[in-house]
Amino acid sequence: MRRAVRIKDHWGEQRLFTGRTLFAGIATALLLMVVIGRLFVLQVMRHEYYADLSQGNRVRLEPLPPDRGLIYDSNGTVIAENTPAYQLELTPEQVPDVPDTLQRLAAIGMIDADQVPALTRLVRGGRKFEAIPLRLSLSDADMASFSVHQYTFPGVEIQTRLARWYPFGNEGVHALGYVAAISEDDLQHIDRDQYAGSALIGKIGLESAYEAQLHGTAGHRQVLVNAQGRRVERLGTTPVHLETLPPRAGNDIFLGLDMRVQHVAEEALAGKRGAVVAIQPETGDIVALASVPTYDPNKFTRGISSREYAVLRDDIDRPLFNRALRGTYPPGSTIKPMMALAGLEYAVIDPNASRPCHGYYTLPGSTHHYRDWKKEGHGSVDMRHAIATSCDVYFYGLAEILGIDRVHDSLATLGFGKATGVDVGGERAGLLPSQAWKMQTYKQQWYPGDTVIVGIGQGYLLVTPIQLAHAAAVIAARGRSFQPRLVTAIRDAVTGRVAKLPPVAETPLELKDPGMWDIVVQGMEMVTEAGGTAVAATRGAPYRIAAKTGTAQVFSIGQNEKYNASQVSERLRDHALFIAFAPADAPKLAIAVLVENGGHGGSVAAPIARRIFDAYLLGKYDVDTPAPPPALPATPPPAPAPSPAVTEH
Amino acid sequence: MLFTDTQSQTRRTLTATGRLLRRLHLDGPLLAALAAVVAFGLFVLYSATGENVGQWLNQLERLALALAALVALAQVPPPWLRRISPLLYGIGIVLLVAVAVHGSVGNGAQRWLDLKIVRFQPSEIMKLAVPMMCAWYLHERPLPPSLRDVLVVLILILVPSLLIAKQPDLGTALLVASAGILVLFLAGMSALVIVLGVTAIGAAVPVAWHFMHDYQRQRVLTFIDPSTDPLGAGYHSIQSQIAIGSGGIFGKGWMNGSQAQLEFLPERSTDFIFAVIGEELGLLGQTFLIVLYLIVIGRALYMASEAQNTYARLVCGSFALTFFVYVFVNTGMVSGILPVVGVPLPLVSYGGTAMVTLLASFGVLMSLNRHRKLVGA
Repeated sequence: MRRAVRIKDHWGEQRLFTGRTLFAGIATALLLMVVIGRLFVLQVMRHEYYADLSQGNRVRLEPLPPDRGLIYDSNGTVIAENTPAYQLELTPEQVPDVPDTLQRLAAIGMIDADQVPALTRLVRGGRKFEAIPLRLSLSDADMASFSVHQYTFPGVEIQTRLARWYPFGNEGVHALGYVAAISEDDLQHIDRDQYAGSALIGKIGLESAYEAQLHGTAGHRQVLVNAQGRRVERLGTTPVHLETLPPRAGNDIFLGLDMRVQHVAEEALAGKRGAVVAIQPETGDIVALASVPTYDPNKFTRGISSREYAVLRDDIDRPLFNRALRGTYPPGSTIKPMMALAGLEYAVIDPNASRPCHGYYTLPGSTHHYRDWKKEGHGSVDMRHAIATSCDVYFYGLAEILGIDRVHDSLATLGFGKATGVDVGGERAGLLPSQAWKMQTYKQQWYPGDTVIVGIGQGYLLVTPIQLAHAAAVIAARGRSFQPRLVTAIRDAVTGRVAKLPPVAETPLELKDPGMWDIVVQGMEMVTEAGGTAVAATRGAPYRIAAKTGTAQVFSIGQNEKYNASQVSERLRDHALFIAFAPADAPKLAIAVLVENGGHGGSVAAPIARRIFDAYLLGKYDVDTPAPPPALPATPPPAPAPSPAVTEH
Repeated sequence: MLFTDTQSQTRRTLTATGRLLRRLHLDGPLLAALAAVVAFGLFVLYSATGENVGQWLNQLERLALALAALVALAQVPPPWLRRISPLLYGIGIVLLVAVAVHGSVGNGAQRWLDLKIVRFQPSEIMKLAVPMMCAWYLHERPLPPSLRDVLVVLILILVPSLLIAKQPDLGTALLVASAGILVLFLAGMSALVIVLGVTAIGAAVPVAWHFMHDYQRQRVLTFIDPSTDPLGAGYHSIQSQIAIGSGGIFGKGWMNGSQAQLEFLPERSTDFIFAVIGEELGLLGQTFLIVLYLIVIGRALYMASEAQNTYARLVCGSFALTFFVYVFVNTGMVSGILPVVGVPLPLVSYGGTAMVTLLASFGVLMSLNRHRKLVGA
């Protein structure tokens, strides 16, 4: 009933409504003021912050990889260059069915079937619009066969990019090294920004050692991207100012290496396992650095397959092993001129005095016979003849007189027992023993017998071919010593200016009487003369060669056993060594040759050195030139070897 | 002489325009303010669609339709409007149920009714029908409304709101519910009831949470802290604030907003177009638009207070304030002071039937207001 009593009060309702409307109007204005206040906070007070975020949103840095520097040999021939390579790329967003496409690519042989799962993951993990390389290098045949099928593969294309190319293939690979895809390990110690757009990095050899010079400096360009990360050309109506920092190409490097000589060296070593290092004594420049067997670095730059790599890695002849820098061998008799120098340096022996050789040597108070390679002995020999005929007894005695520590110190001055510092990485130090070393390593004292056999390059002493070549160069330069090096000049990529690098001089080896150098050099010259151990290989040369042969024992033979090459496994035969420099009176080139299990230094290693000298000094690069006719064996047949000593010619 | 001539001519022209407006039952100031908003909106939209002329023309087409609806509705005599209110409401409910039973799924939600000829969003009808129905119910009754009347009106509001919220379209449900509640507020519902109501809503929040869809919950959560999900649900909010903040006072220039043009800003031409204005035209552009909105709302509220009967007052007032709710919820959401709710920026955002509904509501508003003199005569 009460509700029926209530009647509409029109004026009251109007007043009520007007009041509410006024209230609502004020509230409306206040709330919109709150919004404007919020906008003020965003746009005025925090403007900088949001402006930065907005800038970061729209601009991305796109890396511009630099062109890698080239490598030239001493004749200005390019031996490492950048050439276009064709790669197969897939752009996911253009491919209707990725797994199916990959399967079909495998079916026509464009990719390995067993790579399909990995590639599928790679494609899935990438951005939809960025091309993903499926295969790094395509042969002409691959390109042709893909072209036929291309229309059935939307989103799969062949693209060109710059890749490293070594026109000489295998030749010089142990000096050059190679570049290959950047690995997880590499990423740990490189500046990632500098490699942002690069696929390849120097892995070994000069490519690795001179990475900083060759790589250059990466540039970048700012690109405008939209929210999907896709590159866009413009923003609204106005073109956007974007900065570009061009990349700086890597510097070119010039080597002392002469690829013609290198070719001769590798040809001469072909079919063997061994190494050659040839050095200019006046500068330390390496003219040839070979280690055989070799491999093709181009396989690595174009993405070596795990199968191909396994073949190289598991090869019993170890083609990947750099014998010239990392192989350590007993020097055998090639150490004898250095021993003679030690004797002269410390003036413990009169080089002109003859010492008797009865075919063996005994230490005082011992009955052990240290045998000479020549059973009947050399009679009576002075230093020159001891070198020329490689008399073991003379050098047993000399070593004993010097004592191991003086031997150690003198050989150390010639660069043994430590890396030569050649400008390519991975070099081994070899082993130069001393009393302290033996105590530290074996907790044993040094015995006089240990010293005696070091005198003929056996025992604990181990050297690398490059150390031998370096020592030969020091003798050739009569004590002046230069650090071996491959790179002689660097061309700045921007200015084009070629900076010649001065030779790196080392502490010279000084004899008390400089005239004594002649004695050692004469002894080494006599090696190539009648009665010397390398006469056959050097016969007919129009220049004089100073040399020393060596035959280093790999296998120990008992005191009364005979060494018979035919009965010893090929891998246990003696290493053949040879050091030489020529012309003897004004040396231009010093060489060390090592042939693993090659047998005799004079007959196996010396002819290799001869061909290199002919190439370098006479320009006889034609390796097909018949070698000098084999002379009558000027060297005696293998002699019984004393244990644990050596046989020698 | 010439001067006087020109002046009188001008006056005559104005009078002619005035006469035309009066004959069409249109309100000049309100129409002018709306035209300003619409023009500004078209200007911004061209940039916000990424110079998509097709979309821009679509919008123009819809605008013409909306304008026709405005003018047409303005001609309807107010008593008719009041009389058809229950019918409109009834049809709206039927259509909402129809959509719930079998509607086509658009944009992940079931909102559209496909009538073969036009695809139709029944919830839009409710934006007009609910306040009109509420006002119809309260028209005859003494105000302020009794508690019983308040409860009846609340039911009238809740039924369609819940049906729309279930689609799910939280934004529209919110607008429909607020349009009805604003009628109650303007009718003089006691402050005590309002306080109780707010408390009840507060208590209902955990319950509502229980019934919310995951995407709705996510929006609430990311509103509280957008950085928890910068690439997911918080992305809208973060990118929108970057767009506004990087615009500064003067903006980056029309069509030069990187956030908008490079599509970092999602829904740049629809719900987040206010951020495009902030980025390209800066604080000045946004403030300018808000002032235009304030003029529209102020004029509409003034017209509501001038209206002659309860029905007219309530409907006009509700439409004016609902328009404000649009503006506030959208700008609040885009500037990060309210959670992300799908409410367009009125008369500026691209598309939807919202443009038609909004101008239709102003047509109703003008009809209720501008027939006054005829009724009086």
